[in-house]
Amino acid sequence: MTGGALEVLEPGLLTLVEDLGRPGWAHIGVGRSGAADAGALRLANRLVANDEGAAGLEVLLGGLRLRAVGDVTVALAGARGPTWLDDRPVGHEAVLELRSGAELRLGTVTSGLRTYVAVRGGIDVPAVLGSRSTDQLAALGPAPLRAGDVLAVGPAPAGWPVVDLAPVPDLPDRVELPVVPGPHADWFDDVLARLQAGEWHVTPATNRVAVRLTGPVLARTSDATGRELPSEGLVLGAVQVPPDGQPVVFGVDHPVTGGYPVVAVVRRYAHGRLAQVRPGDRVSFVHGRASV
Amino acid sequence: MTDARAPRVVPYGDDAVLVELPGLAEVRALDDAVRAARATDPDAAGIVDQVPAARTLLLRVREDADPGALPVERWWAARSSRAAEADARDVTITVDYDGPDLADVARLTGLTVDEVVARHTGAQYTVAFGGFMAGFAYLVGLDPALRVPRLDSPRERVPAGSVAIADEFSAVYPAATPGGWRLLGRCEQTLFDVDREPPALLQPGTRVRFVAS
Repeated sequence: MTGGALEVLEPGLLTLVEDLGRPGWAHIGVGRSGAADAGALRLANRLVANDEGAAGLEVLLGGLRLRAVGDVTVALAGARGPTWLDDRPVGHEAVLELRSGAELRLGTVTSGLRTYVAVRGGIDVPAVLGSRSTDQLAALGPAPLRAGDVLAVGPAPAGWPVVDLAPVPDLPDRVELPVVPGPHADWFDDVLARLQAGEWHVTPATNRVAVRLTGPVLARTSDATGRELPSEGLVLGAVQVPPDGQPVVFGVDHPVTGGYPVVAVVRRYAHGRLAQVRPGDRVSFVHGRASV
Repeated sequence: MTDARAPRVVPYGDDAVLVELPGLAEVRALDDAVRAARATDPDAAGIVDQVPAARTLLLRVREDADPGALPVERWWAARSSRAAEADARDVTITVDYDGPDLADVARLTGLTVDEVVARHTGAQYTVAFGGFMAGFAYLVGLDPALRVPRLDSPRERVPAGSVAIADEFSAVYPAATPGGWRLLGRCEQTLFDVDREPPALLQPGTRVRFVAS
């Protein structure tokens, strides 16, 4: 049995199809991509009994309107905002049954940046190099959603949802990114201490490629001033410092290589938090020694 | 006895290590050794991506694997140039040498245009690494006489298939993009196609020759 479809009435600012990405191709210049907040996509998928890696929708700042074509089951996770099923307010991290013709509407998000919509059966678009993710840097995968698109839903998985909702704490107001030293921490004066002492603002030039910060300038040691770095591989969460001294924290669509020193790396457990910072947010760094 | 060329393994977050090496030849050798290990060695099973660059090899592992446990020294000790050469693919690229920078390259190198073409087609190249965009490959093996700097200001649009040189490298642009390399000519081959196996015509280790059309 096929799983119906979702018709896009309004895409909002930017809605992309994302799964858990496209590992294994970095050596030919194709990055990992995938859901920026992979934990949120996984949770939404689990709620509708999908495989955790099924393709869902990544909605930037809300504003998405969808109409069910056939009966479909969805769940939302990630950034919070008011949400309606027809005229009825509904919650996030909950299993939502949409009758054919029902309309799901996401208001402007009030906390976080990216909301994930999982649909039971997954969004069924063609895979590119093994993934249905949109990579905005490499321009691979499905185009951003447009009004009028009809997204096919894949065959329903064998399992059924086992819970109606998953309690998830609100995002803390203060963003603290736990970091460990990166490969070129020693090019800078006491950089971990400076990262922990300072506070930065997230700039509007932030996207899936990188979170760009503005704040105290990180200065190189006198030995490392003017030193050139041949390009080298990058990872998600790498904190790179270009010549202007303002840190750039790489996201899922990061280039596969980069030519500026990486002074620190955000711990894996905070990658989802990194994906939810908004332009204007204040960000600080903490030493990421301890796991949580 | 310490091996001056031995790799230095640097932690790089929870999912990766960066292996630092003296130069391209050592990167090439370790990259091939790790790729060979991934086919046979259970200790390499956690690797999901390996990214060679000019002096480093990045190894990224699955979330349930420990990058610090990768036996990089053992793979380094087991490296062999012979095995890699036997496996390497050979690609010949046919070039129309009519690029907009051909005359400038001749002037900068003190050669004639014909000599530039002869030297570019006379060399055997190897893909050292990728990285700038999907399917882009940095080719080493360029005749040192053709070493020229990048353009002072990049072009807004380099056409797909442009064959170019800059510094010690040659390359072919897989798709139209802004770019600062000096363009010698164009080729018809498709460098990157997601529906082809392998999708990239040129991948690390591939040997390349250019011939004039």
